[in-house]
Order: sequence, then structure tokens, then C-alpha cells
Amino acid sequence: MSLLAVENLSVAFPGHVAVREVSFAIEPGETLALVGESGCGKSVTAFSVMRLLPSNARVVSGRILLDGADLMAASPAEMREVRGKKVSLIQQEPMTSLNPVLSIGAQIGEVIRRHEKVSRRAARARCIELLDLVSIPDAHRRIDDYPHNLSGGMRQRVMIAMAVACGPKLLIADEPTTALDVTTQAQVLDLLDDLRRRLSMAVLLITHDLGVVAQWADRINVMYAGRIVEQAAIRPFFARPMHPYSRGLLGARVDVDADEHYSASRLSEIPGSVGSAAGEAGCPFAPRCPMVETACRAVPPTLLAFEAERHVACPVTLEAARDG
Amino acid sequence: MAEPLLSVRDLHTRYAVGKQVLRAVDGVSFEVGRGETVGLVGESGCGKSTLGKTVLRLVPSAEGAIVLDGADITRLGDSAMAEHRRRMQMIFQDPFGSLNPRQTIRTVLDTALKVHRQGNRAERERRMAEIVERVGLPADALDRYPHEFSGGQRQRIGIARALVLRPALIVCDEPVSALDVSIQAQILNLLVDLKRDLGLSYLFISHDLSVVRYFADRVLVMYLGRIVESASHATLWRDPRHPYTKALFAAVPSTDPTHKRGAPPIKGELTTDLSSGCRFYSRCPAATDRCRSEEPLLRSVGEGHHAACHFA
Ligand SMILES: Nc1ncnc2c1ncn2[C@@H]1O[C@H](COP(=O)(O)OP(=O)(O)O)[C@@H](O)[C@H]1O
Ligand SMILES: Nc1ncnc2c1ncn2[C@@H]1O[C@H](COP(=O)(O)OP(=O)(O)O)[C@@H](O)[C@H]1O
Ligand code: SF4
Ligand SMILES: [Mg+2]
Ligand SMILES: [Mg+2]
Repeated sequence: MSLLAVENLSVAFPGHVAVREVSFAIEPGETLALVGESGCGKSVTAFSVMRLLPSNARVVSGRILLDGADLMAASPAEMREVRGKKVSLIQQEPMTSLNPVLSIGAQIGEVIRRHEKVSRRAARARCIELLDLVSIPDAHRRIDDYPHNLSGGMRQRVMIAMAVACGPKLLIADEPTTALDVTTQAQVLDLLDDLRRRLSMAVLLITHDLGVVAQWADRINVMYAGRIVEQAAIRPFFARPMHPYSRGLLGARVDVDADEHYSASRLSEIPGSVGSAAGEAGCPFAPRCPMVETACRAVPPTLLAFEAERHVACPVTLEAARDG
Repeated sequence: MAEPLLSVRDLHTRYAVGKQVLRAVDGVSFEVGRGETVGLVGESGCGKSTLGKTVLRLVPSAEGAIVLDGADITRLGDSAMAEHRRRMQMIFQDPFGSLNPRQTIRTVLDTALKVHRQGNRAERERRMAEIVERVGLPADALDRYPHEFSGGQRQRIGIARALVLRPALIVCDEPVSALDVSIQAQILNLLVDLKRDLGLSYLFISHDLSVVRYFADRVLVMYLGRIVESASHATLWRDPRHPYTKALFAAVPSTDPTHKRGAPPIKGELTTDLSSGCRFYSRCPAATDRCRSEEPLLRSVGEGHHAACHFA
């Protein structure tokens, strides 16, 4: 049984469907990347799993099975048990999730004491262990610092410490390094990867950076305008991205390894913007797609299997691939 | 060699932060040639934007000289500065933040033209229509408001506002950092075309090495207010000498999953403490005792290649 199975999830805001018929599964201990440009529905998907959607959001359909139990049917009290203990979420900007007037020790301690009956002293000792675990130097001194005393990278480490404090089986990391420098990004993602192994957690890594995906994930789900358009394991994906959007994304990215320079070659563009999909009845990528055919504009393509573990929501690509 | 378009000599910019003085730019020298793109790269907080704004005289310099087209503009008064201001424009990361939401694009562009006394009404109208088309906006864009545009289109508006004044030098401060990858390529291609067609020079600021690698002719690597390495784009990639430059390269994740990374090359984050030795000392994997006490100066390590490391 998968650790997490999201089945046919659709989430709407007034006048706007943000997530459409999304299904994916996460296996214990793996890192699954969810990739796509801003506004495509990554955070709404994450908030749906946590049952932390904004009040104007409505779940139109779908089940979210954690260890086989449907979180959509869980009571608020049950969800409080789930959050932190079974699934945790860290976000892009730690400052918005940290309380500025409480020391980091008090905040991590609160998480521990919410789920476990331990004394303040024991909680403090655990807290120091956790700060050590996330490689914050001088943990016994840092524990009394306030969030504003810490750098961006250190704050994200504190968030990670809070997230793993009660040993969740799944950590959702929503753009955990987008606000950080590349040097710090590498440190934080290595830390997450290390914790994943040591604590046998799975990670849902939400990012818009395909380099991050290639280096730190096992499998990828590519999202476009609320839908998943491609699912694959990392190596096959980067060896041969299939969906026209996946290919466009990889082509538009300046790769640090490639010896590309403006004086010799132009970057390949994906024309238009996500907004072009507004009012589109068929494939949301059709207005920007170099392979578009008339049939694409009739109904949105569903994910179809290409190989085991590989699904692509584009009949045109699949047909071309099968014809060799 | 022809006179460079911009020449910056030993520039310093200081901010008062409480009772402290922050040396955000701490003795920087460089040139931008005609038609050249100079990339400026470094972690956030290292002083890139401050340097760009100081060059444009949007922030006052404490010491040093800024020479544009042979004219020392460092201390010029407002009226003498006016024509130079027109010739140096800036493109920002977040064009929305710098656009008045209640002004149509026509008002935005026309105001810029009027401030700089460019042409009569008909002439301005013609230039606005021309530039809007040139940056790839629809013709009716002039009568619309900033919020009606997507992020990529807003950046095109930011570019139009800078270009409508027919500048020679543009400081591009993280112009694609806030954009999705699919839009970044559109904007970078546009900037390349504009540079070629209009003979522009760019000071291109970015924290993203892969973008700088693609876009710049020459690259300056900045660390805590100083340039620690400078070289042509090809040399810098083939033969980076400063441990910080190497660390920056190593930290960029490759989209080749078989190209596995080692441990992160440097620890810690940018600090603001300037000790007597090398600024990079506390994070440097190659540091020795000498680095702690003796500051390495920027010196030549090859043809057109400079680095500030004792062992470069
Ligand atoms: N609180 C909200 N109210 C209305 N619409 C929202 C809200 N939050 C998100 N959305 C919409 O849902 C879509 C998906 O958003 P999100 O999941 O945040 O995207 P991503 O995380 O991929 O950038 C967007 O179009 C966004 O405008
Ligand atoms: N207006 C200001 N007043 C005080 N300090 C500032 C101001 N602007 C920037 N700084 C500080 O100067 C340093 C350099 O900032 P900045 O030039 O914005 O760096 P970068 O663009 O490389 O991120 C940082 O430490 C920043 O906090
Ligand atoms: S289904 Fe058609 S329009 Fe959609 S991505 Fe595939 S080829 Fe393009
Ligand atoms: Mg998001
Ligand atoms: Mg800046």
C-alpha cells in the first residue's frame, strides 16, 4: 500500500478551478517531486493533503488516503493528530510560519508537547537534539534565539526541526529553498535528504526548479494549469522528457553544464503564458504547444501509460513515441 | 583600446544602520565596454543592487569615481546630470512594484519622456507606439493598466519604460528572477535582440550563475561588497580561480541526474563581519592561517582574468 494516495482531487475557488482530477501516490521513504510554474496548483495540492485549504476553497472531488485512511473524512481533532505526527509541511518563507515573539526552543517545544506527554525539561532536551539533528551549531545556545536572530537558511533548518519533531512518515516541502541562495539551497536539500533516510520519511518536494528535481528526487510529477501532465522516474524523465510542456520547460532552462552562450544560440521559448489556457476546453497546454492538433482542443487528455511507471497526458506525443 | 562606455573606479557605498556603518560596496572597479554585457553575480546581500544603483546615481557614493562616456558624473548636480540620467536606465526584478497601478502604460511611458524633455506630443506618441511593438506587447497595451498584464508582460513594460528614452547603458537588476522558466527564456531572448539591434550595453545583475553564464560577455563575482573574481565568460567557466566562484558553480544543481553532486562545497551563509583577513575566510574550504590575517587583493591571474585569493 502506498503511504499517500491522492485520488482524483479537484479543488475550486470561486470562479476558478485550481486543481483538476489530480491523482498520484507516494511510496514510503521516497522523494516525489511536484513541478510546475507558479499558479499551477502545487500549493493547493499540498494544502489539500494537510486539510489546510483557505476557507474560500472547495474540494470538488477526491480522496486522500494516508496509510489507507481517507483524510477527507477525518474530523478536525483527528487532523490535529495527523499534522506533525504523520504528515508535516514546510513552506517557502519560514518567517511567515514562525512566531516572531517566541524563542525557537519554545516553538519547537510546543510542537513536541502537542503530540507527546513530556515535561518541559524533557522537551527542551529533545529540542536541543533536534537542532543538532538539523546541524544548527551551538544548539544549546541557539535554542533561546528568536527567529529574527537567524539567517534565512537557519530559519529553514528550524522549520525542518519542527516538522520532523514527532517523526512524521511524510514531509511536504513546498518550495523549501526558493527564497534561499544556491549555496544554502544545496545545504538545506542535502539535510532534507539525509533526514529522509535517517528517519525513514517520504518527501513530497514541491519546486519549480528542474535541477533540484534531477538531484534530489526519485520520481517527478509535472503539473500544468491544475493537471498532472507527466509522471516518471527521474532518469527516464531527464533522458527523454515526453510531454511537450516537459520538453519545453527543460529546453527553456539555461543549463549550467551546457556551454550555451547568447552569442551562439538562442534559448528555446515556450510562447505565450499560462493565462493563454483560460477558456480552453481541451488540453490546457494547447495554446502554447508546438505539436497541437485539432483533437487536442476538444477534451483535456488524461494520463495514459507509456511504460510502467510512466504516464503522459498527451495522445499526440504517445502516438509519435510508439511509432518510434 | 576604445574608451569604455562606463568606467567605475574604487567605488564605495555606505549605509548607516543604526549606529553602525555598513560598507555595502567597498572599493569596486570595473568597466563596461560599448555593446558589452557585464554580468554581476553573487549571493543576496552581497551588494549587487547597491552597486547598480550607485552607478546610476540613485544611491550616493561615499568615495570613488563613475565615468560615463568620458565624463566624470560622480558629483554632478541635477541639471548637469539630467542628460546622463537619460542615457543610463534600470530594469528591475519586480516591474510591478515600480509601476503606478493607477497609470496606463501610455502615462507611464509619456511621463518618462516628458521628464527627459523628449520630443513634442506627436513625436512622443510615435516613440511609444514603436517601443511597445518592439518589446512584443500588443498595440492596445498603451491604454491598459499594469494589473491587466501577466508577469512576463509586465517585465516587457519595464523594458519599454527604460528603452523609450533611448539609453546607452541599462542596469538589469535580476530581470528574470521572479519569472517562471518558460517566461525567462522569452525575456532573455528579447534582451539579446534589443542589445544587438539598438547597440546597448548591459550591467546584468543576477544571483543565478546559469543565467549569467548564458547572458554575459564578462562576469564579475561579488562577495561582501568586493569583486573577488572577474574574467570573460568562457574563462570563468573553464578556469574559475577563486574558491567562492568554484563553490557557486558547484552549488547549481545540474539537470543531469547521473551527474551526482558531492557534499556542499561551502558551509554557512553570507555574514556581515569583515575581519582583517580574507572576507571569505570563515566559509572557505581552502583557507590557511595566512588568509585569516592578510587580505588578498584583486590581482591578475591570467589574460583579462583577476582574482582576490592568495592561492588563485
Ligand atoms: N486563497 C485563494 N483564493 C483564490 N484563489 C487562490 C487562492 N490560493 C490559490 N488560488 C489559486 O489557485 C491556483 C493555484 O495556486 P497555487 O496552488 O498556490 O499555485 P502554485 O503553488 O503552483 O504556485 C492559482 O491560480 C491561484 O490563483
Ligand atoms: N537602503 C538601505 N539601507 C541600509 N542597508 C541597506 C540598504 N539597502 C541595502 N542594504 C544592505 O546592504 C547590503 C547589500 O544589499 P544589496 O545591494 O541589496 O545586495 P544584493 O542586491 O546583492 O542582494 C545588504 O546587507 C543590505 O541589507
Ligand atoms: S495534447 Fe496536444 S496540445 Fe496538449 S500537449 Fe499534447 S500535443 Fe500539445
Ligand atoms: Mg506555491
Ligand atoms: Mg539585489
